[in-house]
Formats: sequence, C-alpha cells, structure tokens
Amino acid sequence: MARKLLLEHINVPGINTLDVYRQKGGYRAVEKALKTLTPDEVVEEVKKSGLRGRGGAGFPTGMKWSFLAKPEGVARYLVCNADESEPGTFKDRYLMTHIPHALIEGMIVSSFALGAKTSYIYVRGEMMPQIRILEKAIAEAKAAGWLGKNILGSGYDLELYVQPGGGAYICGEETALLESLEGKRGNPRIKPPFPAIAGLYGCPTVVNNVESIAAVVPIINDGGDEYAKIGIGRSTGTKLISASGNLVRPGVYEIELGLPVEEFIYSDEWCGGIANGKRLKATVAGGSSVPVLPANLTLKLANGDPRLMSYESLSEGGFATGTMMGSGGFIAFDEDQCMVRNTWNFSRFYHHESCGQCSPCREGTGWMEKVLHRLEYGHGKMSDIDLLVDVSKKIEGNTICPLGDAAAWPVASAIRHFRDEFEWHVKEPVKSLDTNYGLANYADPIAKAVTTEN
Amino acid sequence: MLKVEEKQPVVFSAALLAKCDEIVKRYPEGKQKSALLPILHEVQAELGWLSASAMDQVADYLDIQDIEVYEVASFYSMYFLKPQGKFVLEVCRTGPCCLVGAEKLMNHIEHKLGVKENEVTADGLFSWRGVECLAACGYGPVLQIGPEYTFYENLNEQKVDELIEDLRKK
Amino acid sequence: MSDKVKVTIDGITVEVAPGTSILNAARQIGGDIVPPAMCYYSKLEGSGGKCRTCIVKVSKGSEKDPRPMPKLVASCRTAVMDGMEVMNITSPEVIEARSGVVEMLLINHPLDCPVCDQAGECDLQNLGYEHGLQKTRYEFERRTFERIDIGDKIQLHMNRCILCYRCVFTADQITNKRVHGILNRGDHSEISTYIQTAVDNDFSGNVIDVCPVGALTDKTFRFKNRVWFTKPIDAHRDCPTCSGKVTLWYKGEDVLRVTGRKDIYGEVAEFICNTCRFDKKKTADWVIEHPTHISDTSVIASNHYETLKPLPVIQPNLKLQEANRIELEKTTKF
Repeated sequence: MARKLLLEHINVPGINTLDVYRQKGGYRAVEKALKTLTPDEVVEEVKKSGLRGRGGAGFPTGMKWSFLAKPEGVARYLVCNADESEPGTFKDRYLMTHIPHALIEGMIVSSFALGAKTSYIYVRGEMMPQIRILEKAIAEAKAAGWLGKNILGSGYDLELYVQPGGGAYICGEETALLESLEGKRGNPRIKPPFPAIAGLYGCPTVVNNVESIAAVVPIINDGGDEYAKIGIGRSTGTKLISASGNLVRPGVYEIELGLPVEEFIYSDEWCGGIANGKRLKATVAGGSSVPVLPANLTLKLANGDPRLMSYESLSEGGFATGTMMGSGGFIAFDEDQCMVRNTWNFSRFYHHESCGQCSPCREGTGWMEKVLHRLEYGHGKMSDIDLLVDVSKKIEGNTICPLGDAAAWPVASAIRHFRDEFEWHVKEPVKSLDTNYGLANYADPIAKAVTTEN
Repeated sequence: MLKVEEKQPVVFSAALLAKCDEIVKRYPEGKQKSALLPILHEVQAELGWLSASAMDQVADYLDIQDIEVYEVASFYSMYFLKPQGKFVLEVCRTGPCCLVGAEKLMNHIEHKLGVKENEVTADGLFSWRGVECLAACGYGPVLQIGPEYTFYENLNEQKVDELIEDLRKK
Repeated sequence: MSDKVKVTIDGITVEVAPGTSILNAARQIGGDIVPPAMCYYSKLEGSGGKCRTCIVKVSKGSEKDPRPMPKLVASCRTAVMDGMEVMNITSPEVIEARSGVVEMLLINHPLDCPVCDQAGECDLQNLGYEHGLQKTRYEFERRTFERIDIGDKIQLHMNRCILCYRCVFTADQITNKRVHGILNRGDHSEISTYIQTAVDNDFSGNVIDVCPVGALTDKTFRFKNRVWFTKPIDAHRDCPTCSGKVTLWYKGEDVLRVTGRKDIYGEVAEFICNTCRFDKKKTADWVIEHPTHISDTSVIASNHYETLKPLPVIQPNLKLQEANRIELEKTTKF
C-alpha cells in the first residue's frame, strides 16, 4: 500500500469529530509548532518539504510564504482557497467532508507561520454542506482552545471564519477570490501588486489551496526533510487525485508523486481500469484546463518511457506531447466519447464562467463555444477548425488572469491531437450526430493502449 | 431592467437580522461589505429569491449603494433574481458528469416535470436548471437542491423519480 | 543616483519618474509609439488593464533583471523599471495580438457608425481602421440590448459598449452617488442601473466624455450633426460648480453641444458640470478663447484647421508655395 499522509484515517468512524481526530494524533502539529517552533522555523520546514501549491499552478508554497510582506502594524491574512470548481476536481470537497479538522489544523499552523490573526476559508457557495461541517468543526476546535485567544498559552491569537462564495469558477483565481471575500464581483485584479504585498483589504495576504494547507500538518509532524523524501525529483510528497469519467472506480486517491499513470488507471489499488470493459481513448490529467492527451501519450512519453504522475513527467514534451499536473483532476474518456462534444462542453463552461472584465476572454470564449457548437451539431465548416486554433491563440496569454489560457488550451489541444475527429464532424454532419468517431481511427495510439491493458 | 413599480416591499425576520449581525462580526471594522455574499445567501434562503427590495434592504443594512448589491447578485450564479420553484433541481452539466449520463438525466427531468430549464411547474413546487461543475465529478451525475444545497450523487432516472416524489410529499 | 528611471520604447529612450507606467512613459515620448488605450484614463484611479489594446512586449525587464517578461503586458498598468526595454510597434507579436484584441472588441459591436453620434471621434473606430480586418470572421448573431435613457440627457446604447468601466469609475470618483454599474457576467455583462432610474447629479454628464465609444451619448446632441461638420472652439465661463473650461461645438452660429476639453488621447483636462454641458448653449453664455487644437489625422480636422501646413506636393516646390502664399500665411481658417 502506498503511503498516506492526508487520508490515512479517512475511514475511521467519527474522524470528522474533534475527539476521534485527536485520538488519531490530530493537532500534534499545532502543539509542536506553537510550543517548540518559531514562525520562521515553520516556514523553513515548509520550504524544505518542497511542497508545491496543490490548487493548480504548482508554485512552491514555502517560497510563496516567504514573499509575504511584513510591515509593522499592518494586519496579515491567510486565506484558504476552497473554491474548488475546476471540472474534474473534487478532492477538497472530499477532504473537508470527511476530515475537516485536518484543514483547520493546517490553517492554525500556517496562520501562525505567517503571523495572521484572522484567517478565512473561502468555500464555494455550492458546498453549503461542507460549510456547515467546517463551521461545526471550528466551533469544536475553539471550545477546546485550539482557536481563539492565547492558543496553548503561547500568546498567539487566531480567529478562523468560513466564507461562502456565490457561484463563480473565477473566484478560484486568488485575486478574484479576494475581491469576492471583500463583497465584490469576482473580477481578478491586475497584478502587480501581488497579494503578498497587497491582498485582502490591501494587506499582505497568502492564498493557499485546501490540500496545500492540509499538507502542512504532516510536514510539521514529520519534518520537511521527511516529506521531501516522498515523491520524485521536484514533485515531493503525496497528492490527492480526483479520478472521474469512465473508470471502474472513480473517486479521490492519495498517491505518492511519481506513480506511473498506467498503474494509476489500470491497477486495482487505484482506478481499476476503464469501465464496462471499454478501452481508453483520451485523458485530461489535471482538470479541464490542461491539454487533453490521447491514450498513447497519456501512458507513455514521446520517447516511449512511461509517463508518471508528477509535475515534471506530466508536462514532459511541452504542449506538443505533454499536459500538466494542474489540480489533479484526472478525467478518463472511453472509446465511445466524442472529443468534439467534450471540447464544446468545456468551452461552454469557460464561456459561462468568464468574468467579462477583459476583452479577449469575454468575447473569445463565447466565440469558440459558438463555433464548437456548430461543429458538434453538424453545421461546421472545415475552416472552423483553423479558426478555433486562431481564436484560441488570440486569447492565450493576452488576458488579465489565467482563465483565458484555461479556456484556450483544451480547444487547442483537442484539435492538435484529434483533428481528424473534428474533420469527420464536418465531412459527416448527419452521421456524427448519433454515431461516434470511435477508436478504430486511432490505430496508432490504441495499439499501445491495448498492449498495456493486457 | 426593472420598472420602479415592480418593487414589492419585503420584511426580514428577526432571526434573519440576527444572523446578519453575527456574520458582520467576522470582518474588521469598516469592512462590512465582506458580509454581502453570506447575507445574500441567508436572504435567499428565507425569501426564495432576491427581489430588488430585498437587495435594497441589504444595501441599507451594510451601508453601501444599492447598485453594489445588484452588481454582486447578478455576477454570481447562485443568486436568483427571479422567483423560482420551491425546489430548484440544479443538475451538473459539465464534462465529467456528461461522460456518465448527465445530459440524458436532464432530458428526463425536463420530461418528468414537464417544464423547460428555468421554468417553474404550475404547482410552484419545482424548477430545474443545468449548472456548471459542482466538484463532485467522481460521483456523477449529481444534482443539488438549495437552500442547504443537499447533494444527490450517482443518479439515474429511477433515483431522480424517487427524489421528486419524496419532495412532493414534503 | 538619479531619481528618474530610464526606459526605452521602440528604441527611443526617455527618463521618467519612478512608478510611471509604460503607457505614460510612451506618452511622454509621443507619436506613433504610444500604445492605444480604450479603458485606461489617467484621471480615473484604478482604470485600465481591461481592454488589452495597450499590450506591449517587455524585451528587457530592467538593468538589474534583464530577463524579458514572459507574456505581453498591459502598458497602462505596468510600471517602468530602470533600464527596461519595451517593444510596441516594432514587435510583430504585439501588432498581431493587438489586432486580435481589436477583432474581439468588434465581433459583438453593431458597426453602426453611420448612425452613431460618436463616429469621427470614436477610439474604437480609429482602432478598427488601424488594426481591423477588412471582413469579419464572426458569423453569429451579435449581442443586443435595449437602448435606454439614464436620465433625460444621457442615452445608453449598450450594444456599442466595450465594458471599459470608465463610466463606473467616473460615477464612483467624481459624483457623490453611483447608481449605475456593471451587471451580470462574462459576455452578458452590461452597464445598467438595474431598476429604472435616472443617473442624476451635477457631474453625471462626464460619463459621456469618458466613454471611448458611442455607448453613452449626449441626448441634447443626438442626431443633430456629424462631428466633422461642427467646429470646436475653446471657451470658458465663470461657473460656481466647475472650472467652466469647455469646448463648444459650433455649426454655423449655433452651439450644438458642449464637452470637456480633450487632449490628443481623448482625455478631458477637467471634468465639467451638467449646467455647463447641457444648459449653456448660447454664445453669449461663454467667453470665446480660440479654436480647439485638433489633430491633423482626425476627421474633424478635415474641413477646418488652425494652421495650413503645405501639402506634401507643395513642400518641395517653391513655385507652388509662392502661388499659395496667402493661404499659407493665414494662421487659421474658419
């Protein structure tokens, strides 16, 4: 069995309560940090751990913390990003539902490290049940003296609040999240200044993903060096992977970074293969924003080596043959899925979620959706395919926030790898409405996929 | 755009106002606007939707301009600016759920309730709509029902039928 | 050490105060290398960064950190660093990206210039002319909204809006109560008051001047005339509310409209009050100063200009110059 740091006790009955969580060793990290470490030492451990942001960008958490400005007499804030909305990603929901105290413990240790006296967990509004769970857990922790004034007699005070969102994917972008937390529209801010200098209420602020914060707990318990031993290269530690789509056992898995993708998909310890005895056609490895890959490139690098679940291996080959780790939202498509329809679906998502602040994204996402809709419903033209590539290029890199890139990449990559399927939709407008292009046309990718299946 | 005469006065209950008072305390002095999103959720939970008058009252309560509330309420997808059915079935329509049959399920709901997306059934009980990813992709198809956003996972047509019958009895 | 920083834009070096944006540094140089700006407005705090037309390439970050910036940046919201090197019109990548932005701005625009009061002084029209394609690649129905009156003097034509947010900043910063704002999200976003109401206070008319397109227009000028048939004259009056420094737009003897005085980047020097703008339309109300300086490239300059510059064909030819001597010696013609 692989090592578990976050989900070790996930199946223990009552682990969502303070008592059971405490029995299983919970809140040791708070004791250790507040009683034996200085804030800077906590930051140092996180730096040593090599932990990279689990929300999608993969930026080293310790480094992000060390950028935090610390002017005299100005409040500092830690805000947890629990606005989990990336299609394919549902790990934070799982963690907050089952082990809310892991997040709260991480928030206390991290807030201590950053010198924040008030911290917020911004949870997407649709997760009202999880908001109730967290509120209850915070009340428990506060009653037991883990929050509030003078925690453990250390002189450190912390108040922790849960903030609901209102339904907007864009609030997963950290500056949009801060705007939303200030009671405004979720328009991403223009950077610089970065939140580390001027974030919530203009004060220095760190925004971290739920999983990153929760990972601080084992890092402090075992030490950053121990954490760094897990994983591979610069991809240290464990990562929660949300597996969805046509898999035998979709769900949330904690893997050690460096696990071969093939093992993750087909091994019985993990997803157990493709559902209903079908074959794998394609995957989106890190949430809908990352490039889609055909089966062969999912399992193997361009040079034939196995592809691993790590930041580096997944992005090996750049966008030509690689993808990205993203938030760890692993979506598998079986042979009966239509890439054009799925690309249209994702495109509709980004069109719906664009905040509308900057022109390339506001106008471009809608344009792409309309063209893809036309292709999917049999009214497309051959020139539409290149038009899509061109529009995606006009959006990519030219927007205020990464949503523009996130909208452009799935479209560009689907056409890069599945152009013949798009062309078939143009050539066979009637047939494509109720039949699928299927796998037969992917002789090369599938040959490899089939051998691995055996 | 609404005409002025469409405004209908609303009254917030004492419990709702008490809840608002509690929410405002979470933020530093002078940053009460931060309470806007949570308070709008509370108001919608009590009234079912956000009328212009309800939003104006929130603006007064938080000491901000009315337009600031309209701007926010219209930005986020969870706030209803029109009356809805008593139960709003919000079905996830994004990629991963569609891989496991969300589109079929929405067709079924449309047929079962006999109303189109965003319309209310004649008895005022139900409306439904497709919403974007609810972060439950591994358990799809899923739907949620406010105001507590109860989740229903791994749905099929039969489960949805049962759910609708249960809700009718409530 | 000098308290100024050096920045080079398209090969031209200029020294500016630290913290100056690339766009403002470029404006200090002037000329072709100034990036166009549709949403930035120097008098409105927080404006800019949204339309993306002013994007430029930073090919060298600074003397200290010479690495280029990975993406094109919005020049209006990026501060210069000492030793920074910027490429605007010398970068094909920038030109390509900018024409992409212009295309995006136009796909849902009604292109109704023939009936739009803004035509002739429209930033979008100018941009489209410089960067636009001959033909649209957008084959879908364009987004439409109802035309609405926000008060009896201002009309909002949302179809033309590019969501620059300038009018929102204006209402926030120079009026005492903002009643209009941005509603909805994404490409459904619109400027609106939500509930039918008048935008009504002493300075509300300034939203007309800051609007880069024909989305907010002066109802008292509506369909009165094309701007290039009118003659702008700077004038002032003793106004208790504002500076009273305005531009009067004449047709014959009649003042058709009153606006703030705009510079070459379309920004007003000073905001003016609604009394000056809407209620003082007689020459007797004003002290006339002089004809407004209009850029030679503007269509408004086409039939009246301050100084006659010899046409290119005349310049090298002494005989022609002599023949046109009387005309050329006139300082003004109107």
